[in-house]
Amino acid sequence: MGLISIFTSAILTQNIILTRFLGLCSFFGTSKSEKKALLMGGCVTFVMLISSIICYLVYHFVLKPYDIIYLRTISFILIIAIMVELIELILKKINPTLNDSLGIYLPLLTTNCAILGVCLLNINNAYSFMETIAFALGSSIGFTVVIYIFSTIQTRFEKINIPKCLKGYPISFITAGLMVLVLSRYIGV
Amino acid sequence: MKTIINGLKDENPVFALGLGLCPALAVTTKFENAYIMGLCVLFILLFSSLITSLFRKIIPPSIQMPTFIVIIATFVTILEMFLSTYLKDLYYILNVYIALIVVNCIVLGRCISFYSKNDVLTSLKDAVGIGLGFMVSLMFIAFFREILGSNTLTIMDATSSITGYKAVYKILPNMKIFPLSLFATPAGAFITIGILMGLFNRFIKGGKHGSN
Repeated sequence: MGLISIFTSAILTQNIILTRFLGLCSFFGTSKSEKKALLMGGCVTFVMLISSIICYLVYHFVLKPYDIIYLRTISFILIIAIMVELIELILKKINPTLNDSLGIYLPLLTTNCAILGVCLLNINNAYSFMETIAFALGSSIGFTVVIYIFSTIQTRFEKINIPKCLKGYPISFITAGLMVLVLSRYIGV
Repeated sequence: MKTIINGLKDENPVFALGLGLCPALAVTTKFENAYIMGLCVLFILLFSSLITSLFRKIIPPSIQMPTFIVIIATFVTILEMFLSTYLKDLYYILNVYIALIVVNCIVLGRCISFYSKNDVLTSLKDAVGIGLGFMVSLMFIAFFREILGSNTLTIMDATSSITGYKAVYKILPNMKIFPLSLFATPAGAFITIGILMGLFNRFIKGGKHGSN
């Protein structure tokens, strides 16, 4: 499979939020305002790209040669935690204002299942190094696009009358379902 | 008993708290996958609650989070090894979602907010309640999705290599509209869970949720 098709399918047909259901907590949590959604998307893009590259290297040059593949989950999550911590430290030194505006999103990325999920999917799909980069980049762009579109929809919720029992999560879920339907017309499922 | 009802009703992880949504949507295409996933989470919850509550006084608060992640990841690895040996087919289906229990908000959130502050027995009780609540919710979602989506109810299929039984039932009579494959797709997952959550808020929580 070509790099471009991996990249585009990661954005659309195999979107991590809408078809693989990864990163749902941040999807519903941070998509209340458009600016927050874009910030979150930026953070995810950065961390996902770097940690997939490092996870790829660690898997193929450390875990595989020493035959300790069963340690991949534990080592990947530690790599992601370290990366997040490192990025936070660097940001604090270089650009404190940006760090303040990112606030709690950055540390929360450690427990974002989208990032660990993409790192594991790279390994499961047996991607090469370039394919890993294409998949990580595509997935994170897909994440950002979906979370941004969803946030623009969610800001409209405040102006309309929603049945009491559907407020909060239920209506978000149904909206997301409709988004998948629109997308699946495009894919042709 | 009270904690179990609490886990099923007021603090139901999926429907009331909105935690652990990734597996709730992803593995509920089949009834069997759902309850196996529920059992896996219950197992992880039990052991990680035991360990975190045992060592709660030794672990310094500053490194709480990494420690908990490592504890949970250890048990997830054990579980992965077990499943890949004894239930290969199922492991292939559940795949990433088993590994993702590590970052599952239910387990980690519960470790931070509850097990690190309470003694062993209370923690274990809570773990059983939350785990069962999660399992029942998954089974509930999968029940509707499988019957409506593929008109079957799989109770034992991939697990038959252990139990020796196979139990796949056809529920609905043949109709024009069912099976409606929409429910087996991701879109159906979102819509089903949205509607079920709405019904849960309306009838089981008694409208308390609506106020916030």
